Amino acid sequence: MAGTALRRRLGHRRLTARLVETRDETATARTLRFAVPGWPGHLAGQHADVRLTAEDGYTAQRSYSLSAPADGEFVELTVQLVPDGEVSPYLVRDIEVGDEVELLGPLGGWFVWRPEQPGPVLLIGGGSGIAPLRAMLRARSAASPPFRLLYSVRTPSDVYFAGELDSPDVTLLYTREAPDGVERTPHRIDAADLTAYGLPAAEEPTCYVCGPTSFVETVTGLLIDAGHDPARVRAERFGG
Amino acid sequence: MTDGHLDGNALAGPLSTVFTAEVTTAVAACAGCGRSGPLAAARVYGAPMGYVARCPGCDQVLLRYAEAPAGTTLDMRGIATLRLTTAD
Repeated sequence: MAGTALRRRLGHRRLTARLVETRDETATARTLRFAVPGWPGHLAGQHADVRLTAEDGYTAQRSYSLSAPADGEFVELTVQLVPDGEVSPYLVRDIEVGDEVELLGPLGGWFVWRPEQPGPVLLIGGGSGIAPLRAMLRARSAASPPFRLLYSVRTPSDVYFAGELDSPDVTLLYTREAPDGVERTPHRIDAADLTAYGLPAAEEPTCYVCGPTSFVETVTGLLIDAGHDPARVRAERFGG
Repeated sequence: MTDGHLDGNALAGPLSTVFTAEVTTAVAACAGCGRSGPLAAARVYGAPMGYVARCPGCDQVLLRYAEAPAGTTLDMRGIATLRLTTAD
């Protein structure tokens, strides 16, 4: 496929990204929309490395998931503030529309969903791990196989992409505090949640798990215990 | 129960400065235990200036990557073979 070959060749170019829009997701996270001339397109689930260079030449680089599907020369990154971090405080608090950063990407070929890929899809995100899964959810079409998204989040005020997630395919799993009307008692995701809201192993979904390392370790274990083939469980760990 | 490690996905950017192909989907065979799997599934430890990737089976070091002003060092002695598939 010519597009893929093109992506491969261009995949490791550093490009200049200009901020065109921001959207607050929570009190400590926001989505940044950049115009990136020369961006070759990307697959849902890929990430980009953002490099900041200070006036004295000091550079700092971090990886962020692309939180929206391919859209010409525009990309969206959703960034959670890491207190004492080197890069996220600038991206969440300081950067202004018109400012530029350096982007390396698109990156990664493993934690991706391809529209032509057969079989249903089970997405399980914890906290900011929703970002690449949101790109996958939005990349699907009416012809796509069944999708399910389980989104583990502390409280209603921690939900990213609120307003987009009101779908029968999406279940929010609150761990600390749930809104009124939610029957499930807040708790960390467990085997019963996978049974109730996921997809059975017999349907052979490709599972994508993303979030903090401890969350990913727990969920991949639950999936394998539930009979999912480890070869169909893909993970992306954010550390922490 | 966790040490905050990352996984091989995090190597995609750094290794793109060395390899022309997308290498995190490549299947690495561990020189220690023989286990094979995509580099993306390796356990990765480190900071932006350097990474260590370990085998999820036996914890052997598969790869070390370090960036310094003088240049980049890549040590892959823990990988017996690296197979780049011709997907799509």
